[in-house]
Amino acid sequence: MIELKNINKSFGELDVLNDISIQFEAGKTNLIIGQSGSGKTVLLKSIIGLHEVDNGHIYYDDRDFTRMNFSEKKLIRKEMGMVFQGGALFDSLSVEENVRFPLDMFSEMSEDEKRERVLFCLDRVDIKKAHKLFPAEISGGMQKRVAIARAIALNPSYLFCDEPNSGLDPVTAIVIDKLIQEITKEYNMTTIINTHDMNSVMEIGEKILFINKGLKAWEGTSDMIFDTENKALNNFVFASNLFKKIKKEI
Amino acid sequence: MSFIENIGRYILFLNRVFSKPERGKVFFAQIIKEIYKLGVNSVGIVVIISVFMGAVISLQTAYNLVNPLLPDYLVGYTTRESMILEFSSTIVGLILAGKVGSNIASEIGSMRVTEQIDALEIMGVNSASYLIFPKIIAAVFINPFLYVLSVFVGIMGGLLASYMADTVSITDFLYGVQFGLIPYYITYSLIKTLVFAFIITSVPSYYGYFVSGGALEVGKASTKAVVNSSILILLANLILTQILLK
Repeated sequence: MIELKNINKSFGELDVLNDISIQFEAGKTNLIIGQSGSGKTVLLKSIIGLHEVDNGHIYYDDRDFTRMNFSEKKLIRKEMGMVFQGGALFDSLSVEENVRFPLDMFSEMSEDEKRERVLFCLDRVDIKKAHKLFPAEISGGMQKRVAIARAIALNPSYLFCDEPNSGLDPVTAIVIDKLIQEITKEYNMTTIINTHDMNSVMEIGEKILFINKGLKAWEGTSDMIFDTENKALNNFVFASNLFKKIKKEI
Repeated sequence: MSFIENIGRYILFLNRVFSKPERGKVFFAQIIKEIYKLGVNSVGIVVIISVFMGAVISLQTAYNLVNPLLPDYLVGYTTRESMILEFSSTIVGLILAGKVGSNIASEIGSMRVTEQIDALEIMGVNSASYLIFPKIIAAVFINPFLYVLSVFVGIMGGLLASYMADTVSITDFLYGVQFGLIPYYITYSLIKTLVFAFIITSVPSYYGYFVSGGALEVGKASTKAVVNSSILILLANLILTQILLK
């Protein structure tokens, strides 16, 4: 579980996050949604420690991340996996080497055990055949799969995904969403996904945090979205004609 | 960002670079890779430039030795001294600042804008140390070999040009090459090469590491890296010459 308590973050005069508090539960796909510029990426980067928060607390299973020193943060980072928007695969390494990288850096496994683990992770995301290829030689969807495989290589307790299906076609996007949800349940991870994709919200939104202008504007599940009176959330979720129609029919 | 702020950030950056590697085995493998990338891949350009420079120095010297009292072996002597003292250390350093420097700045800059550096940090890897420390060690190790190669090939280029243009005899040229050698000049130039190797790798790494934005900024960082490392090489050359040859 990850718990945020009264998180504030500003850049100079600009307040980006204001008093955000929420609990993200283990074994569930927790989504952070909001318009571009609402502060969701800053929030995700603050949770993983790429930004220092101005005040407030971030708890990783009761361990206060904001009070940790550099080496304590480094230790907890070994329990994190992250899927970046563009995949962030290492260009100079093959698919297999990318997934193997965290094992080489942090595990005490033997060469055979590492090979086995890499193949297991690649198999889990259904991309075993491409293990010799380089990131530039595979499609965007495949890159996301490799990024997921790399993120789960060390069996993390926390998985973070920054817009995992951006730039993907709707079919591949759903496949990636479902894959993340399955892995989350399989390993009972606390997964936080940053997205503005409405299909993701409806398909895998087990817990949703809606941020509007740096404030926590709404919290709930994908089922609750249809009944909410929150104007900002309705304007955001039901912006397209298709979703307006769906809401009307429901 | 002001000049002073840049210096401060550069020092803090070096502090992160020179920290204990996470895994010795991975670190060693990275050094070998970098030796190949920064050193072996630069052999071609070093050889080509050194041959031509050695040849031009020998021809210019020969055509300017109009006084019959000056011995012919001065052509070989001048070629050797020019290569040892200045060309093979400073000029090769400047050329490598362009080739290797732009390569490093754009490689690390691209990793920054595509979030690969963030990915390393999230994993708990000290990205500055993992990416840059091996480059510095590799360049400091391999550049003295490139220096020696450059001196040798440059003198051979001078010999070949003298022979083909029939300016001095091979015997005179080789006599000049062996005449009055001061071994300390080689030490002096090797020290310069080590300092230049550090500049060539650390300065472009710094500019690449702190890129923010997209491809345009990576290009700008690459240009800044080459210009500033070239200026620093010239400055270091002046200071080291004053200190070491006084």
